[in-house]
Amino acid sequence: MLRSVKSWLGIAAAAGTLAFGTSGALAQQKEVVFGFQCDRTGPTATVGTVLCPGYHDYIDLVNSKGGVDGYKIKVIEVDNEYKVPPAMEAHERFKKEGAVIDGLYGTPQTQALAKKLEEDKMPGTSPGFGTASAADGKRFPYIFPIAASYWSQAGAAIEFVKEKLGTLKGKKIAYLFYDNPAGKEPLPILEDLSKSEGFELRTFAVPAPGVEMGAQVLDITSRYKPDFVVAHLFGRAPSVAIKELKGKGYPLSKVISFVWGSAEADILAAGGYAMAEGYNTLQFAGVGKDFPVLKDIVAMYKAQGKPAPKEMDSTVYYNRGVMTAAIHVEALRNALKATGGKPPTSDDVRKGMEQIKGFTLGGLVPPLTITPTDHEGGGWCEVWTVKGGKLVKTKEWYQGFRQVIEKQIAADAKS
Amino acid sequence: MFHREAGIFKTTYAADMALYPLPIAKWTVAALALLFVVLIPLLFAEYYLAILNLIFIAVVGALGLNILVGYTGQISIGHGAFMSVGAYTAANLAVRLDLPFWITLPAGGLMAALIGVVVGIPSLRIKGLYLAIATLAGQLIIEWTINHVPAISGGAQASIQVPRPDLFGLILNTQSRLYFFLLFFAALAIVATLNLMRSRIGRAFIAVRDQDIAAEIIGINIYRYKLLSFAISSFYAGVCGVLYTYYFGIANYEQFQLIVSIDYLAMIIIGGLGSVLGSIFGAIFVTLLPIVLRLLLENVGSLVFSESELANVISGTRLAVFGALIIFFLIVEPEGLNRLWRNVRNYFRVWPFSY
Repeated sequence: MLRSVKSWLGIAAAAGTLAFGTSGALAQQKEVVFGFQCDRTGPTATVGTVLCPGYHDYIDLVNSKGGVDGYKIKVIEVDNEYKVPPAMEAHERFKKEGAVIDGLYGTPQTQALAKKLEEDKMPGTSPGFGTASAADGKRFPYIFPIAASYWSQAGAAIEFVKEKLGTLKGKKIAYLFYDNPAGKEPLPILEDLSKSEGFELRTFAVPAPGVEMGAQVLDITSRYKPDFVVAHLFGRAPSVAIKELKGKGYPLSKVISFVWGSAEADILAAGGYAMAEGYNTLQFAGVGKDFPVLKDIVAMYKAQGKPAPKEMDSTVYYNRGVMTAAIHVEALRNALKATGGKPPTSDDVRKGMEQIKGFTLGGLVPPLTITPTDHEGGGWCEVWTVKGGKLVKTKEWYQGFRQVIEKQIAADAKS
Repeated sequence: MFHREAGIFKTTYAADMALYPLPIAKWTVAALALLFVVLIPLLFAEYYLAILNLIFIAVVGALGLNILVGYTGQISIGHGAFMSVGAYTAANLAVRLDLPFWITLPAGGLMAALIGVVVGIPSLRIKGLYLAIATLAGQLIIEWTINHVPAISGGAQASIQVPRPDLFGLILNTQSRLYFFLLFFAALAIVATLNLMRSRIGRAFIAVRDQDIAAEIIGINIYRYKLLSFAISSFYAGVCGVLYTYYFGIANYEQFQLIVSIDYLAMIIIGGLGSVLGSIFGAIFVTLLPIVLRLLLENVGSLVFSESELANVISGTRLAVFGALIIFFLIVEPEGLNRLWRNVRNYFRVWPFSY
């Protein structure tokens, strides 16, 4: 017994010195720290394992070109496994290491950290999750959705449907959604639009974990027979929806999916591009490899004598990681401009974030305009459609029913 | 070494049943109190206090689950849902009626206890795996209810922002202030559980666990005690949920889903079923190990990998090592970390002689 105790103590002591002894000692003078939360092992690992390398690759690219105004960026990534307590631990870790920004991951995590970020005056970005009302920069000064919220996506989806059908008057739209707060969030927008545009809306909830929706889809295809289906699903659910709708003979060209059901992985899991032909997807970042920045990343790898990472092939999530990193870097650039080259504080970076404008990175990033009042940047979306074995752009960056969404944000602030 | 029992004679029953049977126990408690109340907050950075805060909250929840599973022998996988009951009760009271934490905290606990009794009713007829499934149903029903009743959840987002707790005008909004707040409740929960287990109720729980028919024959009302166990356990869970709510400043049921119930079961199984110290060890192990492993891997791995590759390696390796360590500890000592600690202690008790 004694021996085992002793040896354990030895290992623990060695571990302790390694863990706490070296960190911080290597800190360089001109360095800025970014905190980035990620989910590589939790329920949304399919997203994280592709998105996070995109984030790192962009930062590496910036560093390889000499950083931002001479500042190298150091990323501290913490895998929060989509759990809330580790997200808090991650935030405190970032704070300890002097991070100027907290890249959040996950809706409950974003909500749990909203208050803490405000108290610590550190900006947090939540592209594609968190609450839609966080677009209101006055109410949530330190939360930056920086991408189309679920409200904006609802507006964009209906706008697309209207374009496809010509008019919405008297049409029937089915809303197939994951039965959690994120899935229910767009409902007020959809209901509002159904009144003002005169279409009939019926909702079909899919309970977690969303892999069984035969009854809902049968209800949609055989009983309700809608003119269009708007789907808002997560995880494995989108691929199941594609298969079920296709199997019941519903044309996928009359389906539009929100941003978390729109990746290559979903299409492949549903049985491939031939199976999903016609499926429409909303996107908040550019899709495909035809962007200068992605070519630069490939060139960077080539210069190091390495092949381009395989994650790059899953362009939807990878590009979202690149986009998040690019907006972080841009905010830092603006902050450095304001401080005149002095090391920026996290509050400076928040102000820098609020000045982002006309930064598109060759079309990979939407034409965002982030202001102190609008932290969402306008809620821009693109529509990409499965056509002939790949995703093809069908609609350029646009904002759907922006006034309705702005009205909802204002109404939510009052309640 | 210092753990000497020779020369300590107990002449009364009261002395034999005391909370601290040996003088060294009192010294240990005093030393721990000094460590946690004075030294740690003075010496440690906010980051480490934040980790300790998470551990304190987990200790409260793990103790509650251990009362039910470890002491009374009733399996429950609805612990996370009871936390959410406490969280939403407190959040609604704090926001709608503007009540302070010293009312909302017990209220959250009591509401969770009430719901816990209802979910515990099947335990009167079924045991073991069957009960596990019944409590799983409880977990899912509570989740569904919160998600679909805006009166409880406060709207489609199912989250309620809660103001920071306020103690005589001091707003508890930093990790170091919350540290004392949470330390107080963790200590209270530990002492309360230690005392509960020395009482008639605690002994009845253990009797029900060991052999419920025998317990009934010697005059224990097993229905009453099973439900009481559910109530007390859920009360702890409710308080744990309220602490989470104040700690994060928000009540959100997605923080308390099924996976959380499983995590807490893991804590008490790794720590040791049916022991207070085991609950604490389990809470520390499950909360701290991933963090320590990550820090370790970051430093060792940075010698081999680049920053971006490292992130990928860490996540996978950490999960594998975490799982392997759980298996390792349970093979070394199936009764958990608490038993491991007792083996160490018993060794030193007679040291340097073997017997």
